[in-house]
Amino acid sequence: MSAHDHADHDHDGHAHAETTGHGSLKGYLTGFVLSVILTAVPFWLVMTGAIDNKQATAFVIMALAGVQIVVHMIFFLHMTPSSEGGWSMLALIFTIVVLVIVLSGSLWVMYHLNVNMMPSMQHMREMP
Amino acid sequence: MASMAKTAGDEPVFYLKDEHDHAEGGSTMLGFWIYLMSDCLIFAMLFAAYGVLGGNYAAGPAPKDLFDLSLVALNTTMLLLSSITYGFAMLAMNRDRVAATQAWLAVTGLFGLAFLSIELYEFHHMIAEGATPQRSAFLSSFFTLVGTHGLHVTSGIVWMVTLMVQVARKGLIPANRRRLMCLSLFWHFLDIIWIGVFTFVYLMGMLR
Amino acid sequence: MPDSLTRFIFGRLTWESFPFHEPILVATFAVVALGGIALVGVLTYYRVWGYLWREWFTSVDHKKIGIMYMVLGLVMLLRGFSDAIMMRLQQAIAFNGSEGYLPAHHYDQVFTAHGVIMIFFVAMPFVTGLMNFVVPLQIGARDVSFPFLNNFSFWMTVGGAILVMTSLFVGEFARTGWLAYPPLSNIGYSPDVGVDYYIWALQIAGVGTTLSGINLICTIIKMRAPGMTMMRMPVFTWTSLCTNVLIVASFPVLTAVLALLALDRYVGTNFFTNDFGGNPMMYVNLIWIWGHPEVYILILPLFGVYSEVTSTFSGKRLFGYTSMVYATVVITILSYLVWLHHFFTMGSGASVNSFFGITTMIISIPTGAKMFNWLFTMYRGRIRYELPMMWTVAFMLTFVVGGMTGVLLAVPPADFVLHNSLFLVAHFHNVIIGGVLFGLFAAIAYWWPKAFGFRLQPFWGKVSFWCWVVGFWLAFMPLYILGLMGVTRRMRVFDDPSLQIWFQIAAFGALLIALGIAAFLIQIFVSIRNREALADPTGDPWNGRTLEWSTSSPPPEYNFAFTPVVRDNDAWWDMKEHGYKRPLSGFRPIHMPSNTGAGIILAGLSVVTGFALIWYIWWLAALGFVALLATAIGHTFNYHRDFHIPAAEVDQTETARTELLAAQG
Repeated sequence: MSAHDHADHDHDGHAHAETTGHGSLKGYLTGFVLSVILTAVPFWLVMTGAIDNKQATAFVIMALAGVQIVVHMIFFLHMTPSSEGGWSMLALIFTIVVLVIVLSGSLWVMYHLNVNMMPSMQHMREMP
Repeated sequence: MASMAKTAGDEPVFYLKDEHDHAEGGSTMLGFWIYLMSDCLIFAMLFAAYGVLGGNYAAGPAPKDLFDLSLVALNTTMLLLSSITYGFAMLAMNRDRVAATQAWLAVTGLFGLAFLSIELYEFHHMIAEGATPQRSAFLSSFFTLVGTHGLHVTSGIVWMVTLMVQVARKGLIPANRRRLMCLSLFWHFLDIIWIGVFTFVYLMGMLR
Repeated sequence: MPDSLTRFIFGRLTWESFPFHEPILVATFAVVALGGIALVGVLTYYRVWGYLWREWFTSVDHKKIGIMYMVLGLVMLLRGFSDAIMMRLQQAIAFNGSEGYLPAHHYDQVFTAHGVIMIFFVAMPFVTGLMNFVVPLQIGARDVSFPFLNNFSFWMTVGGAILVMTSLFVGEFARTGWLAYPPLSNIGYSPDVGVDYYIWALQIAGVGTTLSGINLICTIIKMRAPGMTMMRMPVFTWTSLCTNVLIVASFPVLTAVLALLALDRYVGTNFFTNDFGGNPMMYVNLIWIWGHPEVYILILPLFGVYSEVTSTFSGKRLFGYTSMVYATVVITILSYLVWLHHFFTMGSGASVNSFFGITTMIISIPTGAKMFNWLFTMYRGRIRYELPMMWTVAFMLTFVVGGMTGVLLAVPPADFVLHNSLFLVAHFHNVIIGGVLFGLFAAIAYWWPKAFGFRLQPFWGKVSFWCWVVGFWLAFMPLYILGLMGVTRRMRVFDDPSLQIWFQIAAFGALLIALGIAAFLIQIFVSIRNREALADPTGDPWNGRTLEWSTSSPPPEYNFAFTPVVRDNDAWWDMKEHGYKRPLSGFRPIHMPSNTGAGIILAGLSVVTGFALIWYIWWLAALGFVALLATAIGHTFNYHRDFHIPAAEVDQTETARTELLAAQG
């Protein structure tokens, strides 16, 4: 009876490992190499000023940051659409949606508030 | 299996006769992931504060006066290396190798300490130059955002040491594996936040 | 003792911190102290401390924790309502040169405490308590996903309440209004302990609430009985899921904002200051990003209650289950897109205001859809006007008015006239009392028999009901009129004598509500006294539709001897329709989590640390923090937190129930 329970328990334990996802050596190393590149490039761009246009540089490094975050999610966090029956992905998407609303909303609202209500601050603000 | 609730014979099935105990800790990974999402939102607020207030130098020092990108690059490297060494720890755990797991955890902790030391050095240097958290809203939000990340890393290291003690005592039992997996999520999550920090605070700061 | 040593040991706590010179507080303290001593005396005399510790305080059983939350909410309701009576009285008499009886220093604390207590320590505990008690039973589970965290969350909420109550007698509370806007709440204009009490009480309670949110989300996702797909969950479980999603996605915002305010006050940072680049408007923006989802956290569970009550007491399946679910999910998402309507007048301009005005109007639509679904459920049903149904009908009539005034306020030009007037105060009390509080009374009447094994006596319940409904309308309709006439909120003294009659009517309404609360307390007392006569032996006193009614009243510790298998919506109704027979044998040992004192100890240490931070007793704060860390880490070394209920005991419990049911015939 107890051996049966024990075997079942092991089975369940193994099943859990499946839903959470393991890494492999290849996966971690791939993720690492990609991350190094995706880190080194933005640093290099800013430190050397290789792209003349500051706005373009800003855009590129933000895009690369986004890509690196995805790399971390896939190779280090083993994020897949099926983790925890899809609930991990849903939670992540919901969080990102709220994040985007709150960040962009705050920046938009505060920009307008500052323009209308704090004119003396205008020359101090270099970015919205 | 009663889960289909098909009529086996004439009687509909309304309960599980042959039930096994729920595997312990079945909700842990999802629960910890959701906690991480809430932590993500705390950081989002700190990023929002930095976004709104980060340009308010109050005629004090600006990013160009303070940030040393090569130091930040070194810091970033420490954290990234710690991520991969934690990955190696997890691989060792999956192969049931206690000693290797402990060794990689220790290395991860050392990289984490290196990260923190460099950060503390940077903070100390800034404060010594008069760039204190009280000097301006930019500096308040900088120290809070970067400092909160540093506090999380510190907590992670404390947790790591605790887990190393627990693994030494009880081995890689299922409860300890779950905890190591949670710490793994936490540790990698902190590296993701750092990507945001070095991009939006340090690199964008130098671009302004 | 040298002065510097005293200041080191006690921080800024001195003899002056105790309000010996304020008669109202001295009298209150005397009553509370005497009452407290009496209570402690009674408990000691009957030797129930051991029982309370073993069976309740250290319990990780969701049912017990749910009940304790309700007790907390009720106790704090009495405190919060006392504040309301004090305000109504002051505003009714402060005319024609009279200053009333409350000095400004005190009055400002009263309206601040009233708001903080009602939202954080009455409504939130009530709602959390309901969800805690009901959800695991409704989904066929034995407990929540993280029983220890559940216990810890409860005690952290109590910890926050303790700090707020302490502020009454040691120091003072904030005088800033319940959201503590800077610059008023910053160190320059509020240098004393009040705002610090506010910050730490909310941070401590906030930890509890956030963890509870994570707990219930996991419970609903992971622990449903087999066959209960998402679209077969009871509507109350759906609204609980969405509520807890809102909790997890909004409380971090509150945590961060209060932390920034604390940094400004303790460290001298410049987030919300007027100089050095700070921006107080950012606080208002961030706090309402939390604040708006918060009000949906309060109402959504009660929308679920109304769905359960309406379908049960109409004897019909809920109309439009799918649209109810979609409406709830839509409300959840949209609640993040409306927050600016709380500060239209702060100056963000026409384009921003228009956007948020439109989204605010849109969010009323799914609520309207729900209202129609409830009405269609009632249509052609065999309606039984038991207490829960009475409260539901009162809700429908009251809440709709409050919702409509909300849509009125959503129009920015109208809001420019009415912002921060008594019209606004009337609106939000209309929806909170009409929606949240009426729903809570419906829920308590509905689920009380399940929790305690006997019904609440209807007569005193109806007295309470009529006092509340009439009292509410009398207390708040005058405020709509006053607001339209231009009267500002939070005023202590008035110049225009023609306004006084409205305030007097409102005070009378508040008095009726007080009678309603008294009647509710009497109802409880009388019901407990007559519990044999009011007993609920079947476990299903209302001919219910959902799984909680399949258990005994109260349910056994393990809820279900065998995990149910679900085949349809309204699972218990389905079981009754298809000849379900109780299993009489084959019981197995049941795996259960063990009780623990770690939750109450950790919360206690948090309160001590919070108190120390408030009073600048740095050595105690450091000690408290270290003790917290040590206890938390120490607790993780305890791996044996479970046990099994032996099969024989399950058999005994179930057999006793079988016999009881058989005796009913």
